[in-house]
Amino acid sequence: MAVIAGMGLSAVSTLADASGPEFPTIDDFLPPTILFSGTPFAMNRIIFIRVLITVVLVLVLGISAKRAKFIPGRWQGLLEWVLDFVKNTIVYEAMGEERGKRYVPMITTLFLSIFVFNLCGVIPGLNMAATATITMPLVFAIWTFFQYWIAGIRGRGLGGFLRDEMFPAGMPKPVYILLAPIQLIELLLIRPFSLTVRLFANMISGHLLVALCYAATQWFFIESANKAIMPLGALTLAGGIFITLFEIAVAVLQAFIFSVLATSYINMSLPPKEESIQ
Amino acid sequence: MDIITLAEITGSLSTIGYGLAALGPGLGMGILVGKALEGTARQPEAAGRLQTMMLLGIAFVEVIALLGFVLAFVA
Repeated sequence: MAVIAGMGLSAVSTLADASGPEFPTIDDFLPPTILFSGTPFAMNRIIFIRVLITVVLVLVLGISAKRAKFIPGRWQGLLEWVLDFVKNTIVYEAMGEERGKRYVPMITTLFLSIFVFNLCGVIPGLNMAATATITMPLVFAIWTFFQYWIAGIRGRGLGGFLRDEMFPAGMPKPVYILLAPIQLIELLLIRPFSLTVRLFANMISGHLLVALCYAATQWFFIESANKAIMPLGALTLAGGIFITLFEIAVAVLQAFIFSVLATSYINMSLPPKEESIQ
Repeated sequence: MDIITLAEITGSLSTIGYGLAALGPGLGMGILVGKALEGTARQPEAAGRLQTMMLLGIAFVEVIALLGFVLAFVA
């Protein structure tokens, strides 16, 4: 994913010096406010997409739950398959049923909302992943952060949790001078930070690539004075369609990775004693 | 141009930086996926578990490349 994004970036800089198409920039992610400007609830396009898609998600899930039948139809079957996938493949596989039960709602919320938010990037009319600015992934990451700290503190107490994490057993004593600060920084900063960066950088690169391909296509087909280069437009159009499909795959994959990582971080914080039993 | 300056670059250097940042993770991902495939070929019944582990590993490797991508914009 990241490698293709790099190709896109270099293409931007090599093509941009000619009088070319309107290339996407990082300003796409800082749109002007459109609603309630001046109040603390000022909204720009991306925030509006978030609110809209959250309402849609809640409504769709709520109505589907209300109309659930004993013999599921096609739509209900699909939803149940997704929920079962999150429950069994992501949570129970890592934690086991006993401990995982408590975290199923959280991980399901994470998975579904990240997936739908990511998908906004390829929905025509929205065209911007709701997770493409740092705030939304940060919220999810902070939620995960608190969950794995709470899980650790509840099981072993603050002191016990920190001792187990910072001073893992079986190391020669002097190593702890190096290891303990690294482990602490990992717990406090690296885990939430890497969760955040992974999600929003993926979405930004995806949006830039899609926008780049379609902007170039439009320029080659319509605005370019030299009609001899029109075949290049077919190439960029094919590239744009390919990357749009690729983005759908990335949306699923990133939601999956985020929830798997959240699960395993929480699982690592839980007391290790019960692990041998399951 | 003074005599010290032998070459000059115009445009953004950060794209080159990003290219360099993507090199290592690219190699790492290749090794990761290759090893996971090897494991799957040896033990096809472990494919599901291996795939999950592979994706986890890829996620960790990918962050390094993505940090480069973010820094290309920040710098």
